[in-house]
Amino acid sequence: MIATLAFYLFAAITILSGLMVISARNPVHSVLFLILAFFNAAALFVLLGAEFLAMILVVVYVGAVAVLFLFVVMMLDIDFGGLRRGVMTYLPLGALIGLLLLVELAVGIWTVSERGAANLAHPTPEGVSNTEAIGRILYTDYVFYFQLAGMVLLVAMIGAIVLTLRHRPGVKRQSIAAQVHRRPKDAIEIVDAKPGQGV
Amino acid sequence: MALVEFFSSLGLPYGWAWVLSQGILILVLSVVLLVMLAFLLLFDRKVWAAVQMRRGPNVVGIFGLLQSFADFIKFATKEAVIPAGANKGVYLLAPLLAFVLAMASWAVVPVGPGWVVADINVGILYLFAISSLGVYGIIMGGWASNSKYAFLGALRSAAQMVSYEVSIGFVLITVLLFAGSLNISDIVNSQGPDIRGWNAFGILFPMFVIFFISALAETNRPPFDLPEAESELVAGFMVEYSSTPYLLFMVGEYLNIVLMCAMLSILFFGGWLPPIDIWPLNAVPGVLWLIAKVVFFFFMFAMVKAIVPRYRYDQLMRLGWKVFLPTSLVWVILTAGYLIVFDRLPV
Repeated sequence: MIATLAFYLFAAITILSGLMVISARNPVHSVLFLILAFFNAAALFVLLGAEFLAMILVVVYVGAVAVLFLFVVMMLDIDFGGLRRGVMTYLPLGALIGLLLLVELAVGIWTVSERGAANLAHPTPEGVSNTEAIGRILYTDYVFYFQLAGMVLLVAMIGAIVLTLRHRPGVKRQSIAAQVHRRPKDAIEIVDAKPGQGV
Repeated sequence: MALVEFFSSLGLPYGWAWVLSQGILILVLSVVLLVMLAFLLLFDRKVWAAVQMRRGPNVVGIFGLLQSFADFIKFATKEAVIPAGANKGVYLLAPLLAFVLAMASWAVVPVGPGWVVADINVGILYLFAISSLGVYGIIMGGWASNSKYAFLGALRSAAQMVSYEVSIGFVLITVLLFAGSLNISDIVNSQGPDIRGWNAFGILFPMFVIFFISALAETNRPPFDLPEAESELVAGFMVEYSSTPYLLFMVGEYLNIVLMCAMLSILFFGGWLPPIDIWPLNAVPGVLWLIAKVVFFFFMFAMVKAIVPRYRYDQLMRLGWKVFLPTSLVWVILTAGYLIVFDRLPV
């Protein structure tokens, strides 16, 4: 009863905020609604009994990825009126792609639901906690795929650094080691200035 | 859980009895927490004043004990000013979010053996997730104020909190390796029975130091209070806020500080466990031990605020990314190696 109520609440908010993401006038509001959608999706995971996935979703997507989104969107100087101008010309194409994705999703769920119905109802195996179950599978059967995903991320990270790193000559930089190794006798000189003559 | 049975015996169905009893638990926890916070605020100001050889608040009530309540009445009855050009909805949502998130994280903190609102399996991850959301209150407040100072403060704060979350995450992993569970009650129990089992006294001591300093940065406390550096940004992201919205920001910030103190006690100092497991000490209720430890760490926070000068922003980033992140990463590997070599892995 309570779980059903909670499910409809979270599901409704997820869908509504998903709609608001594409219909909000202000892009910052769009990102905030996107965050709300992520958060409610996490709540749906909790209702399914997949609490580890829910927390990871919040930590990774809401806590890190969406913060960077928000950063970028806030810094951009966006012409709010100009964004809406071409909507009608792109609408048929967008609707087609949306419909395709929806059909794919429906077909996917339909084919899986026949052989995987037993799994769908029980995201957690009996007697083992959610976190442990994921860990056991991820680090045994799928360890190569896991490592591969890590490598892909590493390559992407190095690529981003290589693309944006510039060594400009003539920039004053702080060298912590040089500062720490500075000694009073290198830095200070005591001069006995005679009166009337100066140094 | 006794409450659930009590309401069930009154003839309520189990689900509603559970909702009712959880509601009462949440209410009791919130009220106790906020009243304690009022006195901790005063304590903070008194310590700060004592270091600077001032008296601090001493007018309202004996020793100024009622100062926080007087402040509260004043905050609540003043006019809330909303700046022209502010994004009104987001502007008012931001302090609310900051406060609600700070309260929500207390749901999984065990204040005594079994004294917890929600004893969930992934408690520590929940805390990490909620604290990573805390940045939204700040960034939304800074953006919606439509002010340069506030926006700069919000950007600084967001970068700072995201940076220090990384090292906090690795510190949590080292603790989890010792405990073998994400449940916070299990983490406390794994540190028993006395001071020899506490995580802080052993291989994890450097991680305790890193966690303490990262906690200062995560809660925007001095010496890392750059988001609200008064010499440059007036008051950072909350410069445009007044009255109740400001109060919500401030209470949220202090709740996060107390939460960090509680996390330090729970992860490294045995939570509700007494230091020595002998008669007069282990007869004291666990909640009092936890409060004593929290107050001790709060005192440390206040002392740091009083005696340490503010960091420069690039120094702050350097400390987070170039010192804490590598150290904690290496320590994760070291801890895992130690546990395997000495066969101390929790099953």
